[in-house]
Amino acid sequence: MDELLTVFVTESREQLAALEAALLQLEAASGDADTLHAIFRAAHTIKGGAGVIECDYIVAFTHVVENVLDQLRNGDIAVSAELIALLLACGDHIGLLLGEFEIRRVHPTAELQLAGDALLARLQRDARTAPPGLPPAGASSATQPSLGQDMIESECWHISLRFERHVLKNGMDPLSFLHYLGTLGTIVHLETVADAMPPADQMDAEACYLGFEIRFASCADKTTIERVFEFVRDDCTLHILPPDSRLADYIDLLQSLPEDTMRLGEILVRIGALTQAELDDGLLMQQPPMAGAAPPDVVPLGEILVQQQVVQPKLVEAAIIRQARVSDKKTAEARLIRIQADKLDRLIDLVGELVIASASVSLLASRSGRAELLEASSLMMRLVESTRDSALQLRMVQIGETFSRFNRIVRDVSKELGKDIELVITGGETELDKSVVEKIGDPLIHLVRNAIDHGIEPTARRTAAGKPPRGRLELNASHDSGSIVITVSDDGGGLNRDKIVAKATERGLLQPGHNLSEAEIDNLIFEPGFSTADHVSSLSGRGVGMDVVKRNIQSLRGHVDVRSAPGAGTRFSIRLPLTMAIIDGFLVGTGQANYVVPLDMVVECLELSPQTSDNHYLNLRGEVLPFIRLHELFNLPGKRPARENVVVVRTGAQKVGIVVDQLLGEFQTVIKPLGHLFQSLRGIGGSTILGSGEVALILDVPALVAIATRRESREAASTPAT
Amino acid sequence: MAPSPAPEHQRLTLLDDMTIYNATAQKQLLLDALQAGDGLELDLSAVAEIDTAGFQLLLLAKREARHQDKPLLIVAHSPAVREVVDFFNVAADFGDPMLIPARES
Repeated sequence: MDELLTVFVTESREQLAALEAALLQLEAASGDADTLHAIFRAAHTIKGGAGVIECDYIVAFTHVVENVLDQLRNGDIAVSAELIALLLACGDHIGLLLGEFEIRRVHPTAELQLAGDALLARLQRDARTAPPGLPPAGASSATQPSLGQDMIESECWHISLRFERHVLKNGMDPLSFLHYLGTLGTIVHLETVADAMPPADQMDAEACYLGFEIRFASCADKTTIERVFEFVRDDCTLHILPPDSRLADYIDLLQSLPEDTMRLGEILVRIGALTQAELDDGLLMQQPPMAGAAPPDVVPLGEILVQQQVVQPKLVEAAIIRQARVSDKKTAEARLIRIQADKLDRLIDLVGELVIASASVSLLASRSGRAELLEASSLMMRLVESTRDSALQLRMVQIGETFSRFNRIVRDVSKELGKDIELVITGGETELDKSVVEKIGDPLIHLVRNAIDHGIEPTARRTAAGKPPRGRLELNASHDSGSIVITVSDDGGGLNRDKIVAKATERGLLQPGHNLSEAEIDNLIFEPGFSTADHVSSLSGRGVGMDVVKRNIQSLRGHVDVRSAPGAGTRFSIRLPLTMAIIDGFLVGTGQANYVVPLDMVVECLELSPQTSDNHYLNLRGEVLPFIRLHELFNLPGKRPARENVVVVRTGAQKVGIVVDQLLGEFQTVIKPLGHLFQSLRGIGGSTILGSGEVALILDVPALVAIATRRESREAASTPAT
Repeated sequence: MAPSPAPEHQRLTLLDDMTIYNATAQKQLLLDALQAGDGLELDLSAVAEIDTAGFQLLLLAKREARHQDKPLLIVAHSPAVREVVDFFNVAADFGDPMLIPARES
């Protein structure tokens, strides 16, 4: 059951995303019928799903939204910017309700309920005030105010059921089928028909004499509704009329049922399937030939009605097309499999183990020196590598989905700031690891907001500078030698370097008279507590942000870089590794143990000259390079060897040397996280297993750099005292 | 004869579930009770469960009473009975006063 709920939430969120995308599309190019259908379908699907899992408050809210969407789709109300903004807000509200549902709240919080009611009130007012092209669609449904809920008439199915006598004796209870039907949608109106019941003395209390005429509102297709009655299929007569059925179909139905036509007609009128006028007309047409002793060539009632154009304006074809579209979508879905992420993680884990195991096999094979064994093991290595690649591929998702969220953000933020900005997305099909995609969202949002807020100038200033009034923001993703590069670029005013230098000097990040290259100045904005905005807006400018962006990206083992041209714009490039699970490492040995340094952080390696051994920094071609000894840091036993090596690593602009005993070369590393016990361990980021079966620890380079620089500044501070 | 204040109105209280298992017996019970007096008051407040067969019996009893021109009043509904009568949308036809509790879960 829980799984069903999770699926509902995930799918509804997908539908919401689709809804939002379509609404934005509608805003950009109004009036496209397909877009309107897509919006309606999304809302419809959410409501249907919510009905199945019996989440009443989502059904109730979405129902009203759906009604408005239906009117929109039918052209009863016009598309307007306000209405779209309102519908977007409604979409957000559904998202919030889903959140409530996710934490298993039976009712939304009072606050949320209030917000929802306010939205609905606005929605209903807007929908009413918008000039309708046609009379309101719900006019004829006024016959049944008790259950009506202003249900759109054309969306109702008509279900006609007659149960066979023995259905109860077979252990089937019509009541439970009808209750189940209720989970697929709303039973708008139900009439019980008991005309078949014989006089009391002939009546068998265990036989079923009942029939039902049901007005049923649901987004389910005909097959789904039929399936409700699958178990009683042979024990009942079932007629299902789709929404938008012609009057003639109803009249045909009346005649095919065992009861008196007049009486049934009344029932249909009562449940709102037909209006009295339609029924009267339909039946009247049938009277004259009856009176005239039934001539043999009676024109069927349905045809008369069609000829007389008493038929409903909407044709059955509309319903058929809609159903076809639903089934098209289903086949597209069938090509995708939804798997739980942890199952996938398990597979990746196993593949990681396989990589390690095969490394040890190939090690043994090469030691044995047997040619056949070597050949077999190299073949296996190759297969393992392909397996690893395709397993990692499974986790790859397109970044487009993350990107498309920005349409909404750009729209909202630029509206708030009164700027006109166009978002151009390219490379949405670029794939990267799911966990990376999830974590890159927040930094990207920050960069995009910054670009809108600070980067792109107000329209007036743009026109004054001779630029097109409409700002342009570009999001791009591409692959570049084993990593993915995401760029956020704007055509705004660029970074103000004078201001950055002044600010950096003020904050003590920069010594006066220190000359920096332009690129170095630009990258100062990633320093903590840095903001050059003259005023703080609600969006950005509080100086917490760019450093967080940088940290977040670094935690993904990526890095961010900014380039700017004054007056022409700013470009942020984020470079990320393709996957989090397997990295290229550089294997080093110290004492008895092996360590892995992520290869992309290694700058160079050099031998440590013996005379520098007492200080914690060395002279690297005229540069002061602080270093740390793994021996000291980890309190390793054993003597330091005569010859030590330095691995120069870099994070950001900071370079640090790590002193190790041996350099062992490159090594493809499957990262295994450390257990909870080791979480407070500084300087170790994970572990991996070597081909020989030994464990190697992966060094957490940013942490080591922090340790080294902190010590360096402490020593620098204490030196004058001695 | 009897000291009872309204001897012409029978009162019948059904204690068992109105399901198909009891349907035949209850049908007889209902018809006999209806036959016995000039009207019937039906107390269903103890009916914990009711299925389509039970509901059908109510329909039958109502119709039979109308044929015999005797009033048949359901004077007390259990929640289950009320729900079924509501679901099958016959509350108006039956015309019985239904007590809807102020607080329903």
